[in-house]
Amino acid sequence: MIEFRKVSKVYPGGTVGLNNIDLKIEPGEFVVIVGLSGAGKSTLLRSINRLHEITSGEIFISGKSITSAEGRQLRVMRRGIGMIFQSFNLVKRSTVLRNVLAGRVGYRSTFRTLLGLFPKHDMDLAFGALKRVNMLEKAYQRADQLSGGQQQRVSIARALAQEATIILADEPVASLDPLTTRQVMDDLQRINREMGITTVVNLHYIDLAREYATRIIGVRAGEIVFDGTAAEATDDVFSAIYGRPVSEAERLGGKTDEAI
Amino acid sequence: MKPSEGYPQKPSPSLKKGMTFALLIALVWLSAWETEVDINELIDGIPEMGKFIAKMFPPDWDYIGVVIKPMVETVQMAILGTTFGAIVAFPISFLAASNVTRMWLLRTPARLILNLTRTIPDLLFAALFAAVFGYGPLAGTLALSFFSFGILSKWAYEAIETIDNGPMEAMTAVGANKLQWIHFGVIPQVMAQFIGFAMYMFEINIRAAAILGIVGAGGIGIYLNRTLGMFRYDQTFIIILFTLVIVLAIDTVSSRIRGKLI
Repeated sequence: MIEFRKVSKVYPGGTVGLNNIDLKIEPGEFVVIVGLSGAGKSTLLRSINRLHEITSGEIFISGKSITSAEGRQLRVMRRGIGMIFQSFNLVKRSTVLRNVLAGRVGYRSTFRTLLGLFPKHDMDLAFGALKRVNMLEKAYQRADQLSGGQQQRVSIARALAQEATIILADEPVASLDPLTTRQVMDDLQRINREMGITTVVNLHYIDLAREYATRIIGVRAGEIVFDGTAAEATDDVFSAIYGRPVSEAERLGGKTDEAI
Repeated sequence: MKPSEGYPQKPSPSLKKGMTFALLIALVWLSAWETEVDINELIDGIPEMGKFIAKMFPPDWDYIGVVIKPMVETVQMAILGTTFGAIVAFPISFLAASNVTRMWLLRTPARLILNLTRTIPDLLFAALFAAVFGYGPLAGTLALSFFSFGILSKWAYEAIETIDNGPMEAMTAVGANKLQWIHFGVIPQVMAQFIGFAMYMFEINIRAAAILGIVGAGGIGIYLNRTLGMFRYDQTFIIILFTLVIVLAIDTVSSRIRGKLI
């Protein structure tokens, strides 16, 4: 469970990123956060694993405060939270396998990992994760030889190798074409359903949000202005979140006809 | 050209540009005047140059036998100097890179050491070490180590500062500690560049090693100095030619390998 208690974030310039957020995300939920760019989606997501620091309030992961965690404690909490980025954030010059094994370093001693001595258990996890996203045969290729969609699936495998109970995805499909967008979203959904991993995704396509989310959270100017099911998130709701009518650019198009 | 309607006009050359140019001319002129560099003197020297070159012929080909050993020593000095320099430079470059070492208190002293080392020219290092450890290749090797350290660490930390931040962010997110973070997030991104830097440094060091002997720090330079002093330009010619061949050979191989690293 992820819990925000009166969380605020004020940037040094005085800009408010998050304004007194109270939020609970239950295990196994597939939450999609929507909002305009600059509304605070990314800040909200990244405050969960403290890639962004908050200025007040407290965030709890499975009852433990990540806000007050330091050093090893913080690293142990982070290794249980997988993160998917818009730009994949793989080491392009390393092999796919090495990128996935990087997800295991939080579990192993510095000495072992620096020598690359990952135990069999870790290798099994890495290969298993690659198999789950259909990337097993690419294990020994360099990451820069893969397409964008393939790279994103490798980064999902990295999160799986972490044995994460939570996956955070910050605009995971923003740099992908519509077809690979669906593949990556399907992977995330399958993992969420089959393994029960709590998934929190930032998206800006409203039709994708409705299609995949079990719960949609609308963010505007650092505040949660909508929190409900996909069915409740009508076009009017989205207009309210965005503060203007929904534009066609905010639809991916394709499978969902209700959004058109 | 007449400015077309609607388009912004090209700004006229500013006073700043003119001033910069004038200042540059003044600087060059002043330097030449102060050091008494004179075109006439250069022209007068041309016949002298001719005489010097004439005295190189016929070259004393047998002299190659004498300089093979010091030439090998020169290359060895360059290899050792580059290796020692690189071994120390690369770890320290992580301390000096602002995207790896966020702590000001660690980064600033690291940079200070690098900058200070770099201000000392290789020949000065060689003269210093020759005074401390005696004349010979040890002084030269140490000089090249310090010289390489100064340059390599600067190249290295600048290379580190330009890498993609994404993989490092990902390593933070998986819960890596600082060493794991560097090992998995930073090193794979800079490794090929580091190897290229070390090889380029080796090319530079071969040239530097060839003249370190002038201050007594071992290598072929001692013989260069000696033949010049004895006006045996026929032997000097052999040394210059030999050095040229070695440098060309190493440069060719090295740059070919460096080209393949990327």
